Amino acid sequence: MDIKAYIESGILELYVAGSLSEKESQEIYALLSKHPELLQEVERIENTIVKLTASVSPGYSDKIFSEIKNNLDFNDDMKKVIPLTKPKTNYFSYIGWAASIIFAAGLLWMINQNNELETKISNAETNKEFLEYQIERANKNLTEAKKLISVLRDRDIISVPLDGQAVYPEAYAKVYWDKSLNNIYLDVQGLPVPPEGKVYQVWSLTLNPLSPTSLGTLDDFITDENKIFTISNPNASEAFGITLEPAGGSVGPTMEQLYTLGIVTSTTS
Amino acid sequence: MHLDTLVAKFQQKDEKAFETLYNMYSKSMHGVIYNIVRNHDIAQEVMQDVFIKAWNNANSYTAEKGRFFTWILNISRNAAIDKTRSKSFKNSGKNLNSDFFVSIIENNDSNDRLDDQTDAIGIKNFVSKLAKTCIEVIELLYFKGYTQKEASETLKMPIGTIKTRNRNCIMELRNMLKI
Repeated sequence: MDIKAYIESGILELYVAGSLSEKESQEIYALLSKHPELLQEVERIENTIVKLTASVSPGYSDKIFSEIKNNLDFNDDMKKVIPLTKPKTNYFSYIGWAASIIFAAGLLWMINQNNELETKISNAETNKEFLEYQIERANKNLTEAKKLISVLRDRDIISVPLDGQAVYPEAYAKVYWDKSLNNIYLDVQGLPVPPEGKVYQVWSLTLNPLSPTSLGTLDDFITDENKIFTISNPNASEAFGITLEPAGGSVGPTMEQLYTLGIVTSTTS
Repeated sequence: MHLDTLVAKFQQKDEKAFETLYNMYSKSMHGVIYNIVRNHDIAQEVMQDVFIKAWNNANSYTAEKGRFFTWILNISRNAAIDKTRSKSFKNSGKNLNSDFFVSIIENNDSNDRLDDQTDAIGIKNFVSKLAKTCIEVIELLYFKGYTQKEASETLKMPIGTIKTRNRNCIMELRNMLKI
């Protein structure tokens, strides 16, 4: 196609004027996209007509555009800008909120976990203290048991069984007398729990003539676990007896309340 | 910004694009409208209506049918002609001047805007020397919106002649404006 001849025909001037039919205009539009020089020519013609027509205007109010804006209800440019940026902002703020909620949940979970662990540690420490106490008690018991065994095995210790008497025939007790240390180990496992306000009192006796010497009261009878009492005995005892006396003990034994009595049979020097 | 992009934005109801297009074309539209109605207040009123109409009917424009300038030029000419046919316009007792656009240009005071002055003086010079045949064909095609057939009938000239004559007239103007 001869572009120059086409331009010279004057059809492009009519195109800009709007004097062509719709079909002719569409044909020119198709040509414009293929031939840049045609488009350039159209733009020049248009530019010329814009200036020519503008020169006819004797001038008009510069407030017309703001009146048009008022008429079309334009609320300034902000109105347009906000809806465009809003979805973006929301998108990010949603992520932000989600992240902070997850973070807070995670934090709560960790605090909870921490509390649980602290409780477990505390429980474990209590258990440990309890076990230590038990070990200590077992050790103490073991020591006492060993001591008892050593007492029982010691050939220098005299064993004196005390039998139950009229007031409580089922009662029994045993005295292990270490003469070298002037101690007796009194095993009162076989005695009943004394009634309230009463206490057992231990006596050392000589038989000819019969004279009792108090070795003291068993004030801790109820609380003592192994019911073995270590009592100092410097006397040359020939027999041992246990009577039930009022709390605080008596000067002389109440014979009606004699629970057990036993005579020292062998007297190794 | 490229004109196509600007028009596309305008069609998407971009107010800034609309304002830019207004600034590009309002004076031309006012000239065309004023040439038809020959009254300051009415010309302003019609131009305002034209741009409101353009905004509200922005989507009816398609590039395939023609230039954006041509589209809004058509709206302006039609709106102005409609106005002259309205009852209120006729009752106002206005006499439509039979003068062509050139008489307005000649009577316009030297333009108030500095950047327009060179063109305005040039065009004033140009139209004063313009042949009557040029004046007539430009008046009909650009200011009145005649089709090539209507112009041919009115001026009693074959369409081919109208085209080439018009081209020559516009070329003279282009040379003078260095476009």
